[in-house]
Amino acid sequence: MTTTSSAEPAPSLAAGVWDNHWVRFAVRRTGQLLISLWALVTASFLMIHLVPGDPVRASLGLTAPQSLVAARREALGLNDPLLVQYWHYLQDLATGDFGISMSSQLPVSQVISQRLPATLALAVSAFVLALLIAIPLGALMGVVTRGGRAQRTELSFTTVSVVVGAIPDFVVCVILVWIFGVNLHMFPVAGKSGLDSYVLPVVALAVGPGLVLARILRVEMLAVLQADYIRTARAKRLPAVAIYLKHALPNALTATLTLSGLLLSGLIAGTVLVENVFAWPGLGSTIVSSIQGKDYPVVQAIVLVYGVFVLLINLAVDVALALLDPRSTIREN
Amino acid sequence: MAANLVTELESTSGRRGNRSRWVTVVRTPVGAAAVIALGALLVLAVVAPILWSGQATRADTAQMLHGPSGDHWAGTDNLGRDILARVLVATRLSVELALLATLIMVVSGLLLGTLGVLFGRRVGRVTAAVINVAVAFPGLLLALFFAVIFGIGTKGAVLAIGLAGAPSFARLVQTLVSGVEQRDFVLAARVAGVNRFRILLRHVLPNVGEALIVNATIGAGSALLSFAGLSFLGLGVQPPDYDWGQLLGNGLTGIFEHPVAALAPGIAVVLAGLAFNFFGEAVAKAIGVTTTIGRIRVRVPKPAVAPDRSEADRPDGDTVLQVTDLRVSFPAAGGVVTPVRGVSFGMARGETVGVVGESGSGKSLTALAIAQLIERPAAVEAGRLEFLGTDLRGGGTAHRDLLGVHFSMVFQDPMTSMNPTHRVGGQLAEVARRHGGLSRKDANDRAVDRLDAVQIPDPRRRAHQYPHEFSGGMRQRAMIGMGLMGDPALIVADEPTTALDVTVQSRVLHLLEEIRREQNVALLLISHDISVVRQVCDRVLVMYAGQIVEDLPAADLHSAARHPYTRALIAVVPDMHTALNQPLAVIPGRAPDPTSYPAGCAFAPRCPLATAQCRTEAPPLETDAAGRRVACWNAEAPIEVIPESAEVLCE
Ligand code: SF4
Repeated sequence: MTTTSSAEPAPSLAAGVWDNHWVRFAVRRTGQLLISLWALVTASFLMIHLVPGDPVRASLGLTAPQSLVAARREALGLNDPLLVQYWHYLQDLATGDFGISMSSQLPVSQVISQRLPATLALAVSAFVLALLIAIPLGALMGVVTRGGRAQRTELSFTTVSVVVGAIPDFVVCVILVWIFGVNLHMFPVAGKSGLDSYVLPVVALAVGPGLVLARILRVEMLAVLQADYIRTARAKRLPAVAIYLKHALPNALTATLTLSGLLLSGLIAGTVLVENVFAWPGLGSTIVSSIQGKDYPVVQAIVLVYGVFVLLINLAVDVALALLDPRSTIREN
Repeated sequence: MAANLVTELESTSGRRGNRSRWVTVVRTPVGAAAVIALGALLVLAVVAPILWSGQATRADTAQMLHGPSGDHWAGTDNLGRDILARVLVATRLSVELALLATLIMVVSGLLLGTLGVLFGRRVGRVTAAVINVAVAFPGLLLALFFAVIFGIGTKGAVLAIGLAGAPSFARLVQTLVSGVEQRDFVLAARVAGVNRFRILLRHVLPNVGEALIVNATIGAGSALLSFAGLSFLGLGVQPPDYDWGQLLGNGLTGIFEHPVAALAPGIAVVLAGLAFNFFGEAVAKAIGVTTTIGRIRVRVPKPAVAPDRSEADRPDGDTVLQVTDLRVSFPAAGGVVTPVRGVSFGMARGETVGVVGESGSGKSLTALAIAQLIERPAAVEAGRLEFLGTDLRGGGTAHRDLLGVHFSMVFQDPMTSMNPTHRVGGQLAEVARRHGGLSRKDANDRAVDRLDAVQIPDPRRRAHQYPHEFSGGMRQRAMIGMGLMGDPALIVADEPTTALDVTVQSRVLHLLEEIRREQNVALLLISHDISVVRQVCDRVLVMYAGQIVEDLPAADLHSAARHPYTRALIAVVPDMHTALNQPLAVIPGRAPDPTSYPAGCAFAPRCPLATAQCRTEAPPLETDAAGRRVACWNAEAPIEVIPESAEVLCE
C-alpha cells in the first residue's frame, strides 16, 4: 500500500502497484473458478457411476433384452476402466460433445441448445425484475425508516416481505395461476408463446428473491446511513437525493451484491420448479422428465450447464464487487 | 486438576442465564405465535392420521372432484376422497420426512464441519475448500444431483435433501467452532492434554449448541419446503403414499375445475414452513442482542430560565457566529434527555475558540448542533443561532448554499469520514460543483489545487486515488482541503487530531492554524485535550454537563482559571515536571449522567469547594469586566488542595 508521501512521483510504479492487486485478484479468482469447474465436471462424471446397479439396465427397463443393454454399455464406453472413461469424458466435453440421449437418441448438445434459451430468457427477466423490485424498494425503505423512524411502515414492510419471501416458488406459481389464470383469465398459464406468457413465470420467480433482497438492502442502507462519511456528505450540504443515491446506495449495494449473486443462482434452481408448473420448454422441464426416464447423459449435461451458470454468476458478482469497491480485491489477502 | 480449571474457566465464559433467554422467546408476539404454530403442527402430525385416515382414503365414486361442501369442506379429489382430510393426514409424512432430512443434514454437517478439530489443521483446510466449492451451488441443484444417484422415491429424496443441506450446515459449524476454539477454556483443555474428541464433545459443541439448534430449526423449515418441491415434481413421495407436495402437484393439474385441491396443500406447506422459520428466527433474536427503540416523541419543554444575554448580542460586523441558549435533547426511556443545556457564545472572524471537556460534556453535540447536522429524533433549540448574520434556526435546506460554501467541518476519524467508494478528488470536487456551479473539469482542478494547499504531495495523482490509499494524516488534511473548496468563514473541527499518530497531530494543527491566519477564518476547535486547545486557541470554553462553566482567554488558563473544574483539568495535564514513570492523574469522581443531572451545580459531587448552596442552586454564568465568564459560586476562592487531592490512578 502506498501510504508514504514520497516526493518522487513515479506514476509508472504507482500504476504497477495498482495493476498488481488487480492482477493478483484475477489470478486468484481464475484459479478458484478452475477448481470449482473441475469439481463440477468430476461430480457430473461420477453421477452415472454412483447410481446403484447398472444405469443402462435401469434406463432401458427390466424387459429390455440383455444384448441391447450390452450394446448400449459398449457404446457408452461403460466397460472401460474408470480413468479411461474419465479421460474420454473430459475430451468429449472439450469438443462440446455431451453424448447421446438414451431415450431420444439425439445428441445431448442439440437438446441443450434447443432448451437453454428459454430457460435463460426466464432467469434473466426474473433477475432483472427482482432487482427492479429490490433496489428502489430497499433503498426507499432504508431512507424512510432510518434512525428508528416510521416504525409502523417498517413493521408492515418486514412482515409482508418475510411472509411473502418465505412462500416457495411453486406455491407462488399455484397462487398466481389461480388468481390470474383461473379467475381473471389475464395471462396464459402454460407454454411459451408471446410476451404475455412470460408474465406469470417471471413474476413467480422474481417476487420472493426481490423481497428478500429489498429487506437486506434496507438493513444495509440503515447501517450505511449511520456511517461517518454520510455525516460528511451532509456536512457538505449535498441535497438529500445526492446523499442517498450517490453516497449511501453504492456502499449499501456492495454488501447486497454478494447476496444477490446467491439469489440469482437460487433463481436458476427455481426455474426447474417454475418451468414444470408452466410447461415452459426449458432445461428445467427436461431435467425432471430425464430424471424420471433415467436418461442419464441428458441429466449429466443439464447439471453441468446449471453448475457452469452458477459459477459464472459467482464470478460476475466478484468482478462487479471489485469494480464497485476496489478494497474487495485486497481484503482477502 | 486441569479438568477443574477448565470447568471453572468455562463456567465463567458466559453460558449463564440461558434458561431465561429461551423463555424470552415466548414473550414477544412473533415468538409466541411461532411457538404455538409449531406446537400445533407437531400435535397435528401425531393425531391427524389417527383421526382422519379413514376419511382420507375412503373413495366415494358418487362425489368425485366435487367442490367444497358441508360434507367435504375442501371438496374431493378424482377418486372422491376428502381433500381436507388428506391434507391433514399428510402433515405427519411431510413433517416426518422433513425432520429426517434435517437429521441427515445436521449429522453429516457436524461430521464435515468438525473434521478440522478432530484431525488437525490440514484436514480442516481441505474440508473447508470442499465445502466452499459445494456451497456455491444452490440446494435444489444439489438435491437434484443426489436424487439422481439415490433414485426417485421417498428414501432417495430424504437422502438427497439431507445431503444437499449438509455443506452449508458444515460451513456454519466450521465458523462457529473456529470462534470457540480460540477461547480460554478450549486452549486450557488443550494444554491440559484432553483428547480432541473429548474437547469437541465437552467444550466446543456445548458452546455452539444454541446456534446450531436455531439453524437446524430454520433448516427443517427449508427441508420441508424442498421436500414438497421434490414431491411436487414427482421425484419425492410416490403414490399410494402422499405428502403435501404430491397433493399440490395433483391439485395443480385440475386447478381450473377445482382450485381448492391445489390451494389447500399449498397453504399447509407455507404455514408449516413459516412456523419453523419464525420459531428459529425468534429464538435467534432472543439469544442475540435485543434492542428496543423508544417510540417517544420529543416534546422539548421551553426553557424556564430567561436566555443568557450576557455575552451580548454585539452587532459586530466581524461576527461570524452567534449562539444563544442552545439546547439539544433526545427522547429516552422515561422522558427527554438534554445533554446540551443552554450554551451561548459568539465568534469573530479569524478567532480561534477551543471547546474542552470530558467525553459526554456535550461539546461534540454543540458542534453538530451549530452545524445543523443533528438528526431526528434529537431536537435542537436556540434563542439565537446566527451564522454570518443569517438565522439558521428551523434548519431545513434553505441555507444549504450558504453553509456549503462558508461553513466547513472536520471530523474526528479521517478513516471513516471519507466515502470509501469515491475517489478523493471527486469527493472534494463535489462541493464546488454543487455550490459553486463549477463544471466537472474546473471542480476537479480546484480539488487538485486545494489538495496542494493542504500540502498533499503530487496532488493530481492523489486526487485519483481512493481514501484507503491515503495515510491517516493525509486523509485528515484532505478533509481539511474539502473544507477549503468553498470560501469558509468558519471551520468547526471536532477532535481533528484524536485519531492520529502523535507525530502527525501537530502537523494537522499547524495546518489549521495557518489556514486560519492566512484566510482570516474563524476556527472552532473541539477537543478533550486541554493542551491541544491551549496551543492553538485564543479563547477557551470549558464545558461540563452540557453547559459552559468557564470562558477565558487561552493565555489565562494556567494563571487565572477560576472554575474548580478548569483548574482540575489543568492540574491533571502532565507537564515537563511530571516524572515519566508517574501514573496519569485523573480528576476524581465521574461526570454526571445526562439522564440525571444534580439539582444545583453539576460539578458539586466532585468539587473540593462545594458548599450547601452549590448543591441546591445552580450558579449562573457571570460575565466580568474583561468579558471572561464563569459559572461558580466560589470562583475566586483559592484551592491549594487540588493538585494533591487529585486522586492518582494507574492506567
Ligand atoms: S458552584 Fe460550588 S460546586 Fe460548583 S464548581 Fe463552584 S464551588 Fe464547586
